[in-house]
Amino acid sequence: MTFSPELEARFADLLTHYPPGRQRGALIPMLMYAQDEVGAVTPDLMAELAKRLDISVLQVDEVVGYYSMLHKKPQGKYHIQICTNVACMLRGGAELYEHACKKLGVGHKQTQASGKFSLEEVECIGACSWAPAIQVNYDFHHEVTVSQLDQVLEGLQ
Amino acid sequence: MANMVKLTINDTAVEAPAGTLLIDAAKLAGIEIPAFCYYEGMSLQAACRMCLVEIEKAPKLMAACVVPVGEGMVVRTESPAVVKARKTTLEFLLTNHPLDCPVCDKGGECELQDMVFKYGAGESRFTEVKQHVPEKQWSPVVFYDGPRCILCYRCVRVCNEGMGVGALGIVNRGVAAEIAPSHGDHLECDECGLCIDICPVGALTSGAYRYKTRPWEMEHVGTVCTHCSNGCKTTLGVRNNEIVRGNNRDRSGLNGEFLCVKGRYAFDFNHHPERLQAPLMRINGKLEEVSWARALQAVVEKFKAGGKAGVVGSTRISNEEAFLLQKFARTALKTNNIDHHRSGDVVTLLDSLSGKTATLGNVDDCYNSKAVLIVGADISQQQPFLANQIRANYRHHKAGIYVATSGAVREDKIAKGSVRTTDSEWLAGVESMREKLKGESELLVLFGDSVKGEGVRKLVAFGESLGIPVKYICLVDYANSRGAMDMGLLPDLGPGYHAVEGAPGMTLPQMMAATDLDLLWIVGANPLARHTLASSNAFVVVQDLFLTETAQRADVVLPAASAYEKNGTVTNVTGQVQRLKRGVETVGAKTDLAIIGLIARGMGVNLGKVDADAVFAEIQKTVRGYNVSLPVIVTGGAAQTMPVNGRVASTVLPELIQSSRDTLFTTGTLTRYSKILNEVMEAPGGLYR
Amino acid sequence: MKLYNPPSPLETKVISKRFGVENSWRLDTYLATGGFEAFKKVMEWTPDQIIDEVKASSLRGRGGAGFPTGLKWSFVPKNVEGPKYIVVNADESEPGTCKDRLLMEHDPYQMIEGILIAAKAVGATKGWVYIRGEYRYLIDHFDSVLKEAYQRGYLGKNIAGTGFDFDLYSQTGAGAYECGEESALLESLEGKRGVPRIRPPFPAVSGAFQAPTVLNNVETFSTVPEIIRGGGKWYADLGTPKNGGTRMVCLAGHVNKPGVYEVPLGMNMMYFINEIGGGMWKGKKMKATIPGGSSCPILRADECDIPMDYDSMAKAGTMLGSGGMMVMDEDTDMVKIALRIMRFYKHESCGWCIPCREGTTWLQKMLSRIVDGNGAMRDVDMVGELAKSMLGRTFCPLGDAAAMPTISIVEKFRPEFEAYVARNPFASSELVQVG
Ligand SMILES: Cc1cc2nc3c(=O)[nH]c(=O)nc-3n(C[C@H](O)[C@H](O)[C@H](O)COP(=O)(O)O)c2cc1C
Ligand code: SF4
Ligand code: SF4
Ligand code: SF4
Ligand code: SF4
Ligand code: FES
Ligand code: FES
Repeated sequence: MTFSPELEARFADLLTHYPPGRQRGALIPMLMYAQDEVGAVTPDLMAELAKRLDISVLQVDEVVGYYSMLHKKPQGKYHIQICTNVACMLRGGAELYEHACKKLGVGHKQTQASGKFSLEEVECIGACSWAPAIQVNYDFHHEVTVSQLDQVLEGLQ
Repeated sequence: MANMVKLTINDTAVEAPAGTLLIDAAKLAGIEIPAFCYYEGMSLQAACRMCLVEIEKAPKLMAACVVPVGEGMVVRTESPAVVKARKTTLEFLLTNHPLDCPVCDKGGECELQDMVFKYGAGESRFTEVKQHVPEKQWSPVVFYDGPRCILCYRCVRVCNEGMGVGALGIVNRGVAAEIAPSHGDHLECDECGLCIDICPVGALTSGAYRYKTRPWEMEHVGTVCTHCSNGCKTTLGVRNNEIVRGNNRDRSGLNGEFLCVKGRYAFDFNHHPERLQAPLMRINGKLEEVSWARALQAVVEKFKAGGKAGVVGSTRISNEEAFLLQKFARTALKTNNIDHHRSGDVVTLLDSLSGKTATLGNVDDCYNSKAVLIVGADISQQQPFLANQIRANYRHHKAGIYVATSGAVREDKIAKGSVRTTDSEWLAGVESMREKLKGESELLVLFGDSVKGEGVRKLVAFGESLGIPVKYICLVDYANSRGAMDMGLLPDLGPGYHAVEGAPGMTLPQMMAATDLDLLWIVGANPLARHTLASSNAFVVVQDLFLTETAQRADVVLPAASAYEKNGTVTNVTGQVQRLKRGVETVGAKTDLAIIGLIARGMGVNLGKVDADAVFAEIQKTVRGYNVSLPVIVTGGAAQTMPVNGRVASTVLPELIQSSRDTLFTTGTLTRYSKILNEVMEAPGGLYR
Repeated sequence: MKLYNPPSPLETKVISKRFGVENSWRLDTYLATGGFEAFKKVMEWTPDQIIDEVKASSLRGRGGAGFPTGLKWSFVPKNVEGPKYIVVNADESEPGTCKDRLLMEHDPYQMIEGILIAAKAVGATKGWVYIRGEYRYLIDHFDSVLKEAYQRGYLGKNIAGTGFDFDLYSQTGAGAYECGEESALLESLEGKRGVPRIRPPFPAVSGAFQAPTVLNNVETFSTVPEIIRGGGKWYADLGTPKNGGTRMVCLAGHVNKPGVYEVPLGMNMMYFINEIGGGMWKGKKMKATIPGGSSCPILRADECDIPMDYDSMAKAGTMLGSGGMMVMDEDTDMVKIALRIMRFYKHESCGWCIPCREGTTWLQKMLSRIVDGNGAMRDVDMVGELAKSMLGRTFCPLGDAAAMPTISIVEKFRPEFEAYVARNPFASSELVQVG
């Protein structure tokens, strides 16, 4: 499997972070950064990282299934994550989520047929004092109202 | 750890060595603390929370499986809080459990069932919907039923820590977490079945046993595995004269609960449709079924007629049979032309240890020796149980492991030193690790068939030069390879490695190459798989289970009983004698011992009383090193034999020594008739190494 | 970098004083405002001196458990061979909590300086900042800060010419609340599933890569430079006895001015909500408040007139936790809150131990059923009972974190549960609809 030179450079740097023989420490960062580039944690990617870190594919699989940000299937170009945990719920997070379901025509962890949007109802994303909060891919939007959500979604091409 | 700690458990004063876990200390005092995830000898998990106990001054209940004993500790294992906690833990477990005990293979042997019975969850208050997930087949022998799994991680650990395979893992998180096989939807592994055996519930079940019967409907017979030389004790589950299961849950033998795929499943050759059930005789050039009387009569006549005879014994027949066979050959047929297929140079090892401080090692040494050197053998493939012992030694005692082999081996991963050599240049490889080996306080050396003749002497000299105590194990192939030598199935050495009277006889290859043999008697061996028989006129008598290449050439084929069908003893690779116990009756076949006895009777030869006990009594008296304790053997234990300590005058050429270098899924001819092993080899990953 | 909420004049700004300063995250800004003075000071000190000063400050961990920081550092063995490490817990995943990201965004050097002081105190040479994966923007930001720090000689070899060496890296998480639990975090750092470890040994003895490790929260490290600069006693005096200093409190929910504020420990909670938080949103009445993140037992409005410090909170049966304060008004549906909290813990349970894995699942199912109108009276009792049977019996504190708020909500707002059940036409019958 080949990666971009930037990602390769990041991998090379990551491997220097850990004590000798403990390079497995790089697994989760590698999965996260590679997922961004590849679009998903594919079987090829898992096999490649297993090889590079000298662990079994099963050991990679054990890790991938554990973390909720690692996906084996590609998500939409824009992954809309709406927090409905307590602080956001108190300020209308659940309503935002319902609105997004209707507007995008998809439900929790679903992706539009066009591949443009995917939706996920997420747990607290650490923006509770500026609730309700959403994330589009990695970008935060704070104190989002229904009409602001519409604007955000419409602004995405 | 002579340091003893005093504590109180349930008002009983208990003393235990410092560092003992509470759960074990309680056990010593006869107090049972229930546990699912704790498993002696494996890493701690503290996951199931079944073992919670009350410890005075602790703010909450503590897991007895991770807390070591403390001086003055006051522990309660049956207080109301503890009892209640256990109950709810069981109740929690049952929320996800299908409760399909009536159809579960584990029914009657399930630890969850037992615990619910003992510690009672009572009526379940769980009224939510349970999710049904279909069972998955991971390999010909391993099935997984997710909803039954209680996530105790025993299987994961036994595969990883015990087997060193690491084919099982935990995937997903939280309530979705489950056990997963190495290759997505299937396993590529040793197929040892230990994971199945160790599973406290019916989540992992065996392809061989499933739905065949229930534990209480079987008879359980403790005997010894017939496959490799390691001599694992196995408990056969027998129903209607059929072996349906092999395991060792009672851990009664030297192998604890270990069995490899062959020991656990490859008993099925025993019921193979091609098993010979009646004698065959060549009539008009074709082998035809005849009565025992007629077949024996023909053999007796030929034997009486005399002529140049050759006798080939087996590495799978019992000590009694081997002893009687060579006695018969030497006294009645008056020949030293007697041999068997040799897979390790035990003879030279014995000779070269003469007068040295170094000694023979055994199974316990594999687990206890501070350091282990493996030369020229892929032990994880060829000596599964010894390999398992060595891994446990590394895991529990941090033993230094060294390997010098021609290819990569599983032990590389845990080795302090590991070199690749060739079969002829292994000594250089071993030499390259000299400095490291010298730093060890003792050493156990296991060597395969590339070390033979002078090689053995060089290896012993190398060991001596290290200046530390060294022990040796000469690896051999089959269930009674070692016994065959000890019993004197050799042309130049009789029982106990005594030089024979008269001139040494022909070796196996010599017999095959000779053109003037009149008579060839082959008991339980298949030399024609490798050799061609040059004496085209020889009258060939073969005793075997199947119509092997050799049997096909025979003039008379006598159907023989398998090791599961006879009483007697076998000697494993490290010289431990154990008892074979008949598990099933033969159908049409006879034990080799009985056959030899019948031929002798027909010939009017007196071999003494021909039954296994009587012959063993003679062995005890006459074979050096075999004067072992009978009660140990009779009660299913393993008795260490101590062969010669002195020179062995052998004339045999080391070239004759050749291991078949089996894999985990083969042991010579026999395993070709195992349906399970064939399935395993054909499954994806069957060529797994 | 923009401020997410305007500061309040009633705050006591010790560690948030650079928030809002132009380019507050740049080294030059930091240096110009007293940065690295504390570090240079401790270079002359013995390790014990540093630890004593931190002990004197009565600083307690800001990650949730509130363990005395100086004491924790003193557990790191002194005369052992091999490396020692620092790990910063920036996993910030406790619902209600959003302060660590501000500290790292606006004043990352303050945290770095705190880390270096800790490193000097225990003899560590390397460290990782474990940042939750959702904060990718923050990881990128922090990586650029690390780059600057290395370039300017404030990390790496011979830091600021003192001869002291230290390497620091960022490490991303990948979405798992449990990885905020210290031992699960360490597993994750080693590239494994975030399943907690058996303790003892504690991280101070065997932590990252099995080496002695100091593991603290972002805020905890960020506080250290000011303690050294001002002295432990000065810092302690900012708060109440045994509850030294200030804390970042994340105010959320039904208040007029939600935001992250720095206040001295011991400030009255109602005063904080009304004066700094601007009082209740839309003029409603308060029903309840979760004072320190969703793991903390809830307080009824009438229980909230207490000082915000560890001891007073404990007396009231709850905790300051991670400082995530969520205020709920009179219209809040407490049954739904209980369900939402349980859904979170069920989602985040690592699955390792039975009571948590099965308990959270069962409780979530039962609460859903009640909310869906299919509950029975006995279910209400059972929710409380099951939660109690998890308490203290799980492998790590996540099980307790799930149980505690649930127990308190059922106890304090039982009539709301009963009202839900009363709406179920089958509730009185034993034939409860299962669904
Ligand atoms: C389930 C769970 C989640 C936690 N999450 C966090 C977290 O996100 N951030 C944090 O700093 N501490 C968290 N903690 C607390 C840590 O285990 C640990 O006590 C803390 O990081 C130590 O730092 P401190 O002494 O500076 O507070 C969590 C604990 C538990 C049990
Ligand atoms: S059969 Fe043996 S090797 Fe295969 S998964 Fe089970 S324990 Fe591991
Ligand atoms: S399959 Fe069996 S042994 Fe493995 S975790 Fe599940 S219950 Fe335990
Ligand atoms: S290791 Fe050898 S003796 Fe043991 S079960 Fe396997 S084949 Fe049988
Ligand atoms: S309490 Fe048990 S299952 Fe829950 S997060 Fe902790 S270890 Fe995992
Ligand atoms: S609850 Fe939504 S960001 Fe914290
Ligand atoms: S046996 Fe102790 S927790 Fe499982």
